[in-house]
Amino acid sequence: MQIKQLSVFLENKGGRLNDVANILGEAGINMSAFSLAESSDFGILRVIVSDPVKAQAILKENKFAVSLTDVICVHVPNSPGSLAKILNIITDNGISIDYMYAFAECADANVIIKPDKTEDCIDILQKNKIALIAADELYKI
Amino acid sequence: MIWNETIECMSRKEMEKLQSIRLKQVVDKVYYNCEPYRKRMQEAGITPNNIRSIHDISKLPFTSKKDLRDYYPFGLLSSPMSEIVRVHASSGTTGKPIVVGYTRKDLDVWKEVGARCFTAYGLGKNDVIQVSYGYGLFTGGLGAHGAVETIGGTVVPASSGNTDKQIMLMHDLGVKGLACTPSYALYLAEALEKSEYKREEFQLKVGVFGAEPWTDEMRRELESKLGIKAYDIYGLTEVIGPGVGHECEFQNGTHLCEDHFFPEIINPETGEPVKKGEIGELVFTTLTKEGMPLVRFRTRDLTSLNYEPCACGRTSVRMGRILGRSDDMLIIRGVNVFPSQVESVICEMEELEPHYFIEVDRINNMDTLEIQVEVNENFYSDEISKMLDLKKRIAHKLQSVLGIQPDIRLMEPRSIERSQGKAKRVNDKRKLQ
Repeated sequence: MQIKQLSVFLENKGGRLNDVANILGEAGINMSAFSLAESSDFGILRVIVSDPVKAQAILKENKFAVSLTDVICVHVPNSPGSLAKILNIITDNGISIDYMYAFAECADANVIIKPDKTEDCIDILQKNKIALIAADELYKI
Repeated sequence: MIWNETIECMSRKEMEKLQSIRLKQVVDKVYYNCEPYRKRMQEAGITPNNIRSIHDISKLPFTSKKDLRDYYPFGLLSSPMSEIVRVHASSGTTGKPIVVGYTRKDLDVWKEVGARCFTAYGLGKNDVIQVSYGYGLFTGGLGAHGAVETIGGTVVPASSGNTDKQIMLMHDLGVKGLACTPSYALYLAEALEKSEYKREEFQLKVGVFGAEPWTDEMRRELESKLGIKAYDIYGLTEVIGPGVGHECEFQNGTHLCEDHFFPEIINPETGEPVKKGEIGELVFTTLTKEGMPLVRFRTRDLTSLNYEPCACGRTSVRMGRILGRSDDMLIIRGVNVFPSQVESVICEMEELEPHYFIEVDRINNMDTLEIQVEVNENFYSDEISKMLDLKKRIAHKLQSVLGIQPDIRLMEPRSIERSQGKAKRVNDKRKLQ
């Protein structure tokens, strides 16, 4: 249930995000979700792509600092209180969330979560019958 | 191995005798053949008769870099142009360079001292040595070239640049010694790692690095990256070029060829000699040069001298690491900062690549110091907080060494410019305002 997220270090200068998007686009790699965390002089792009291993290799060739991070993806109804329920389960079990981002479409939403203990988090969510999205499913979106 | 045991292992007393004879000769030569020297000695109330031994040297006036510029190009020659067979020039980035003329005998002296260096690094007639210093006006290329030929080694005159070809030559020709600037060595090390060749297919064992100040931390970095022993070769264009001094197998100070280049250490503010072993500005008098002899030339390099005989058997005086060129020193918010201090911290941290760039500016009448660094691939994190934490640790380490807090800028991999010659690692924007 673990998902490989691409984490790319970017200097805070014009056009770097375009470079990543162009390189991945030309290689035929699709992005299904991403978030950009920023500080004053650098940012970290976190992105779910259709082929993370290939994307990592191509970005490395182009001199980007890029790593793969294990995250999970939770499928929740796009309705009030449904995210709160999941977050309660996670935090009640002593797991912290380093960061998360989400994308919603019509009745459903997908939430990417980076917990501090990935495997424990998957166990607990599965025990609580929370729907998780598998890697191959998500990469295809 | 020692190239010239008679001289390099001479007793202190014998050496001073030899230096005294040669000092009198060189003072005679400049006094009677070079007007600026004669005038300055006359102003100081000194004639060659006042110089009886090497201990009288402090009676003589200094020569500065400015003098060399003022008398550009040939005003400080002490031999007629008919005797000058070659010129070299400093890599001055602003205005006119410093031009130095060599007689045939000067070139012979240069080869002799160069041979002492390469022999001390354990290189000899059976070895292939690649010279990747630039050939041309810069003394590095032709200086190292002459030295290798003198010891009878096989010289590969690769000059600088064209890195892929450099690596191919090193690989195919069984190169044992590599002579270049430490910053180019670092560049070659990275390129070698990415090349099609495996390290064990190379014969490379010795690095002969000089022409820019470098630290012991950089030495360790180069030794582990290239799998070699890295030696310092010291020289100044004004004095002769590479060959003024060299390390030996003990890597415990740079032996100076003091029978040709007499060193003193002075207090840069007062001009007075410092106590034995103390740090100060290095001053050279060329005892045997004919073309452009220098009397008490102030190098602006800060270091100290050690007269203890070395475990290698040489008795020649040893110079400590150059702590900085007073020209390189940055004064930031009133604090003296040397790029070499920054380098020692950067090279020590495993999270960082050994590349850096220093940018100094003045914003709202306040000096700013930004140090750009590249993080090692294994230490990039997907979490902002971890990267900020790393930034903080770098800043803290630098502050404890520099005495002021720098701004750290984390850069993308391989985005700091790699140097193929002398590295330019500082941009002081204040000078432009």
